Amino acid sequence: MKPLLSVRHVSMFFGGLAALHDVSFSVNKGEILGLIGPNGAGKTTLFNVVNGFYRPSRGDVFFKDQRISHLKPNKICSLGVARTFQVVKPLQRMTVLDNVIASAFLRSRTKAEAVRTATEVLGFTGLLADRDVISKGLPLGKRKRLEIARALATSPELILLDESFAGLNPSELNESIQIIKDIRDRGITIMIIEHHMKVIMAISDRIVVLNYGERIAEGSPAEIRANPLVITAYLGVADNA
Amino acid sequence: MGQMKRYAPLAILGLLAILPLVGLSTYALHILIMVIMWSVIGMAWNLLGGYCGQVSFGHAAFFGVGAYTAGIVYSKGGASAWWGMPLSIVFVSAFAMVIGFICLRLRGPFFALATLAIGVILRVTAENLTGLTDGDLGIMIRERTWVEKTWYFYVILILAAITFYLVKKVIESRLGYYFVAVREDQDAAESLGINTTLYKTIALCLSAVFTGLAGAFYTNYMGYIDPKVVFALHDISIVTIMIVMIGGVATFWGPVIGSVIMVLLAEVIRSIPKLGAAHHTFFGILLIVIIIFLPNGIMGDMPKLRRILRMGKSS
Amino acid sequence: MSSPQLEVLLQTLISGLLLGGLYALIGIGMTLIMGVMKIINLAHGELMMVAMYIAYGLFTLFHLDPYLAVFIAAPALFILGVLLQKFLINPVLKVDSILPENQVILTVGIGMVLANLATVFFTSDYRSTPVDYATKAWYLSDFWKSSPIELSLSYAWSMSFLIAVAITIALWFFLARTDTGKSIRATAQDNDAALLMGVNVGKMRVITFGLGSALVGAAGCLFIPIYYLYPDLGGQFTLIAFVITILGGLGSTVGAIIGGLILGVFESLTATYVGMGWAPVGRFVIFVAALIFIPGGVVSLLRRQKWGK
Repeated sequence: MKPLLSVRHVSMFFGGLAALHDVSFSVNKGEILGLIGPNGAGKTTLFNVVNGFYRPSRGDVFFKDQRISHLKPNKICSLGVARTFQVVKPLQRMTVLDNVIASAFLRSRTKAEAVRTATEVLGFTGLLADRDVISKGLPLGKRKRLEIARALATSPELILLDESFAGLNPSELNESIQIIKDIRDRGITIMIIEHHMKVIMAISDRIVVLNYGERIAEGSPAEIRANPLVITAYLGVADNA
Repeated sequence: MGQMKRYAPLAILGLLAILPLVGLSTYALHILIMVIMWSVIGMAWNLLGGYCGQVSFGHAAFFGVGAYTAGIVYSKGGASAWWGMPLSIVFVSAFAMVIGFICLRLRGPFFALATLAIGVILRVTAENLTGLTDGDLGIMIRERTWVEKTWYFYVILILAAITFYLVKKVIESRLGYYFVAVREDQDAAESLGINTTLYKTIALCLSAVFTGLAGAFYTNYMGYIDPKVVFALHDISIVTIMIVMIGGVATFWGPVIGSVIMVLLAEVIRSIPKLGAAHHTFFGILLIVIIIFLPNGIMGDMPKLRRILRMGKSS
Repeated sequence: MSSPQLEVLLQTLISGLLLGGLYALIGIGMTLIMGVMKIINLAHGELMMVAMYIAYGLFTLFHLDPYLAVFIAAPALFILGVLLQKFLINPVLKVDSILPENQVILTVGIGMVLANLATVFFTSDYRSTPVDYATKAWYLSDFWKSSPIELSLSYAWSMSFLIAVAITIALWFFLARTDTGKSIRATAQDNDAALLMGVNVGKMRVITFGLGSALVGAAGCLFIPIYYLYPDLGGQFTLIAFVITILGGLGSTVGAIIGGLILGVFESLTATYVGMGWAPVGRFVIFVAALIFIPGGVVSLLRRQKWGK
């Protein structure tokens, strides 16, 4: 099977520091790929490379066999890669609906069409009741969901979710997990960064583990759980203690 | 209520259109013309600064290029200075594109200061390019089109109506959503598929063109321009910002209300013999007070204003 | 190059460097404020104008030499800066508004008031302090009789330059060696980290604004013997300060010094070879070129060199 997205030998240097070092993996169509690793492992940096905020120092990113690592974020988004931000970035002084309309315009010719898409996406993500709220006033859980709604409104083929579950209470957490499963059922491929181990193990088809900017493991949740390298990365060097 | 709001612009336009017929004094008409001209500049600035979030400190540059297009068409081309209005659209938008290419790569205050510098560069250039602009001597339009101010009034009223309508249309369309998205978060906008450079450039060009048209009108109306007046930092660029800030940033009526207040205030201050020289002090203090207490202007901080007024009544 | 041409070139370079030294002092004040407070002070030149009127007043009333006026004008400006920061700028930093540029616009308002008040009190006439050394100069031929070219060095210019250098060195000592100086630098580098390390960030901001004002105030006193004084001169120097900071690199003191020197030399060259009136345009050509080609300023080029090794 041909991968939807493939990251090939990507390195990213800031000054002399390597945030990513020779990372390669691919995302298959229709799957949920979990991206995990301790703090500072380079997960968000990797998203920024895929999404076009950073141009990789070395290596390439391909989306549907097209090289995208030299493109700007807006171009990459219009090719079908959408993302959310770990530190949410709502368009603060716009209402929830207007936030989503702004991104729905990407694939809509008229405003009516954009409004229709936006309303549909809000319904799907359970934000319809909050449509007229100024997004600055939204509680964190809903702001995280607004991020997802906005990304969905651009009708992506691949969606990058950066810690969409962080800081949610248990009931919000269950809702969000359901939304992510629904997104996958719509045929949208998902790459997700998550610290919540239980969640990531439960929803991911495959997992890639980063540590200090290097890919140290890749496999099914069961394989990852049993991988000694991963355990060491998370718990520190156990035998030294 | 909704109906009333929809027809308010038309009602006001109609009211203004019949005003000269009731026999206003020349002075009153002049004030009215100034208010409307400043509204056009304010609305234009608001499109770029208020909605798209790119604060320009150099709108005098576009005003001046418009004014000088009209002036040079007359002094060097020998044609009517009114040709300056259509021609300024071409020149100002080309000029704005160059400025955008240079300045729009900067964010926030740095964009603001770059535009400020552009305004000053243009003034100095106009002062020194004597072959084209006659430098400090300025350009005088000797044959005035109309003696009466009435027709000038209608010209600027039509321009204001077009500006108001277009700004409203733009803001309610895809462009408007994109402008505000750029203002609120450039990174988010970029990641949602919005080509921020493109839309900032569009906002800049639209804003510049209307400001330039007001400048071309100014040349025709006043009959005289010189670099110190049309490229003025305080009396044009900063006053434009004040008009929008006082009236209400990112509101349709803010610039109009702001120009009424600023033009009248300037007239009042100038008419008081001792205070005339200190009018910048008053403007400055007003600006400081507005920024501290009504940072979003009269229209933007309406709820806050209402609360204050109600408190005053109840006590 | 024939010797008269060489003479003109060397003379131009010398006056450019002297001017640049003074520009550097103005730029350092601006860059300090920018680095610590992350705001651009568009009343910077107006503050300098205020200091110049103080020096002018002291000269006309008490015949105090403008160079000695530094000791009065700089502390006065420090206090003015502290007051402005405490009562006007600080409140605005907390206000939520659509445009984050409100703070910048606020400083424009402050500048407008200062310039206009100066006009009201002193009229817009050009003033100068007729010190007796203003027109004196050293000549190269006095020292080297057989010199093939003639160069001159004005007393006032060289004096101003030397004092500017002395103040810069003193400032460097303050920032590098004292606790307050170190706290200021920490705040500039990372506001939050400084806060965590127990630096009183709010106090540092107030001090920095005062310090930046005092520096530009001192520069004003140094300009007085060699420059005319009029109320609207501030705007021009605000722009100069801003161009220097962009050219040098935002928030960098070393950058401001280099930027000031480059700008001084460049302006001097434009004035000699293109025409006096074009000097301001030369200034902005450099500015725009810096924005496009070296967005991080000269300092970023230096840093890149370091990494290269």
